[in-house]
Amino acid sequence: MSVPLPPPRRLVEITVDGEPVRLPEGSTILDACQDTPTLCYGDTLTPKNACRVCVVEVEGSRTLVPACSRRAEEGMKVSTDSERVRHSRKLVLELLGSSVDLSTTPGAAEWIAEYDADPQRFGQEAATVEQPVKVDNDLYVRDYGKCIMCYKCVDACGDQWQNSFAITVAGRGFDSHISTEHDAPLTDSACVYCGNCVEVCPTGALSFKTEFDMRAAGTWHEEEQTQTTTICAYCGVGCNLTLHVQDNEIVKVTSPHDNPVTHGNLCIKGRFGFQHVQNGRSAKQTQKD
Amino acid sequence: MKQKRAEPYDRLTHPLVRDDGVLRRATWEEALDRAAEGFRRNIEAHGPNAFAMLSCARSTNEMNYVAQKFTRVVVGTNNVDSCNRTCHAPSVAGLSAVFGSGGGTSSYQEVEDTDVIVMWGSAARNAHPIFFQHVLKGIRKGAKMFAVDPRRTGTAQWADLWLGLNVGTDIPLAHAVAREIIHAGLHNTAFIERATSGFEEFARSVEPWTPEVAEQVTGVPAEAIRRLAHAYATADRAQLCWTLGITEHHNATDNVRALINLALLTGHVGRYGSGLSPLRGQNNVQGGGDMGAIPNRLPGFQDLLDPEVRARFEQVWSNTIQPRHGLNLTEMLEAMGEGEVTTCYLIGENPVQSEADSLSCIKRLGMLDHLVVQDIFLTKTAQMADVVLPASAAWCEADGTFTNSERRVQRVRKALTPPGEARDDIEILCDLARRLGHDWHYDGAEEVWDELRRLSPAHTGMSYSRLEEHQGIQWPCPSEDSIEPPYLHGRLWATDPVARGTPAPFAVLEHSPPVDVLDEEFPLRLTTGRRLDSYNTGVQSSGFASPLRRGETVELCPEDARRLGLTAGEEVRISSRRGTVVAPVFIDPALRPGLVFMTMHFPDEVDTNSLTIEATCPIAGTAEFKAAAVRIDKLVPAKAG
Repeated sequence: MSVPLPPPRRLVEITVDGEPVRLPEGSTILDACQDTPTLCYGDTLTPKNACRVCVVEVEGSRTLVPACSRRAEEGMKVSTDSERVRHSRKLVLELLGSSVDLSTTPGAAEWIAEYDADPQRFGQEAATVEQPVKVDNDLYVRDYGKCIMCYKCVDACGDQWQNSFAITVAGRGFDSHISTEHDAPLTDSACVYCGNCVEVCPTGALSFKTEFDMRAAGTWHEEEQTQTTTICAYCGVGCNLTLHVQDNEIVKVTSPHDNPVTHGNLCIKGRFGFQHVQNGRSAKQTQKD
Repeated sequence: MKQKRAEPYDRLTHPLVRDDGVLRRATWEEALDRAAEGFRRNIEAHGPNAFAMLSCARSTNEMNYVAQKFTRVVVGTNNVDSCNRTCHAPSVAGLSAVFGSGGGTSSYQEVEDTDVIVMWGSAARNAHPIFFQHVLKGIRKGAKMFAVDPRRTGTAQWADLWLGLNVGTDIPLAHAVAREIIHAGLHNTAFIERATSGFEEFARSVEPWTPEVAEQVTGVPAEAIRRLAHAYATADRAQLCWTLGITEHHNATDNVRALINLALLTGHVGRYGSGLSPLRGQNNVQGGGDMGAIPNRLPGFQDLLDPEVRARFEQVWSNTIQPRHGLNLTEMLEAMGEGEVTTCYLIGENPVQSEADSLSCIKRLGMLDHLVVQDIFLTKTAQMADVVLPASAAWCEADGTFTNSERRVQRVRKALTPPGEARDDIEILCDLARRLGHDWHYDGAEEVWDELRRLSPAHTGMSYSRLEEHQGIQWPCPSEDSIEPPYLHGRLWATDPVARGTPAPFAVLEHSPPVDVLDEEFPLRLTTGRRLDSYNTGVQSSGFASPLRRGETVELCPEDARRLGLTAGEEVRISSRRGTVVAPVFIDPALRPGLVFMTMHFPDEVDTNSLTIEATCPIAGTAEFKAAAVRIDKLVPAKAG
């Protein structure tokens, strides 16, 4: 049998807030301190170091370092909760919170409280990215008033996974934003509606149309939803689907990021093609033209 | 362009029975009694072989196991098959003839870790998008990719080299590649000597196929054939992947054998990163066959003709199994036409719209005395039934397992309660078995699975808890204590001849062009396939509002459109020797002159399969969906009034 096994990885030892932690060589600091807040980090993507919310202090380092991309080195002394770290995270959260709608970002409210951040302190005149929601198809919506420019959607659509290149960053400075070619509607873009951008979006700027509509109607109740992982029925590849179900209706589909078949990615049929099982299921008018 | 979109199908929520020619609502008791009575009547009158079971490649392994057991034990025939006949039966037949096992030999991860990827007759970018992400990882890591396809598909757009061959010339192309490898001295002589048989004869048979001769037949430039041959033969690792472009032909098993020949010639099989991968079209086509829902194999893909194998099953099932192969789907349909099969139990299949030459399929199903359809929708096929039983949707309303294209058995879990009175497939089968004198009870899918594990050595080590722990396990998995390598047939590389086992035979093959010949009356080659956002007969995919969907079209190249005086969106008549349909024109520069393309996704508006030919592969029974001869005519202006 000649299955190539990866070479055994040496362990390195670092200290995190005074406690020794041993982890395989090549791991990041984030691997050693999982409860660190992150936004632009994606477990299936190359770190982009865009949001700076995961910064930690490393003894001997002039600047704070992003935990998500900095590799752990033998003997490293890391502080995750020092005054400098707390101050930096507070400021990052205030800048993000003042300019972006974080209302659907998991964890944001808790972090803002934990770091005593006050996004309102820049006043009513503070610049924001507020803008109308883009609803140009029946599958997913783009609410860029919630976009923190983490680039994860661009990476998922581009050479890291989907290789469709339907979106990228346009503009400069504060005006930079995620855009299709010539800012065309999705229906005139290279988008193939795989939803792999929705899968990685950390703020809810990208969301299923079902979720968007239910939130607008006040019927989105995440705490009542079940999540069940099963297998897609559309082809023989065997993609794992996690069905988010509320009141016996599928309201959203994701895929486990650690799955060897999908790595969290799906195609249009797997992610959005579930409606057929619930057509005629209830008296409620379902998705029809 | 006029947007045609059929109303999506509504779920079946209660049983139906036919009275005075009309389907009406019935209770479960009534419908099950009626279904069982009809089966009993026909079996008593004509014997068990008058019964045919079409099991469901979309349902779970557990359901397929129970369905084939129902056929073999309750009825007592081997007439059980599924729609894998219409797609990948030739892959199974070809691979098992050479290696003794019908599964793809590699795993997805190996595609990422290989040096050369050949995508032969596979539009995976659109038909298997997540498999293609593994291909893209491989390309990003430096693998060279070759696409062999009559169309310049989304897959071909990512290729280092696209070989646009004429439809149905795969064998000449493969032969020319083989000849070039042999003449360049790039064949793996050590592997050929130790692990294969029949090389000399094979080498002689490909000798006439010089790249130049092949160029004349295939339309692929000789230089491109040489480049593919040299890249494949000199690669350290190489993957050969195919889909329905290889298998939906009248000589499909030969096509598969032609590709396997290339792997044997170069030793690109049985090692990590080197292998043969047929990409399966339906979620559980692999599993349906593995579970014995085919007329010639028992669960675990075990040989029905082997008395020892039969004896083991007979002991557990307390019943004798007929020692002969049953009818496959194609033969069943013929036998219906001849009055030999008079009753059919059809679970989750829509042959009225999925079979080639659909009109003759309707006629044959219409001749049955008793047809029972179990489905989640009232499909066109279900509308012909005497009894319709509403089922749960396997992938989200049932527990069980599916087996994917890399032989990975994965857990399917119930996330929804089925609508109305719809019930689980296995419960329905057991209810019918009890009415036919077999007191069957299964306490859930896991109990079925554990029975299968006792009978199938390839699945013995796959308990539900292990499947959960490992996110699926690839077969074979004979022991609960280990995981086998992700590729098959490593034995071919063993130094000990006993461990090496039976040598893998080369196949001597003849080129056989498509049955439906092109002539002056039908000068265009029609090939069919899938689009990214749609699926087969569209029963499922019509249910969601895809922004990409544009309805059925007939796609042809700009040159042909100009020659025929056609403009985009114009409705035209497409005719073959069997039928005629009307569809709008779509102009696609990815097609070559003389080639037109249609899907089978919108049969309620445009019944593409009334054009296709039911010329079937004699070994596997798959029809030649990929090659019909058609003509395209402008519509005469409609008469007033």
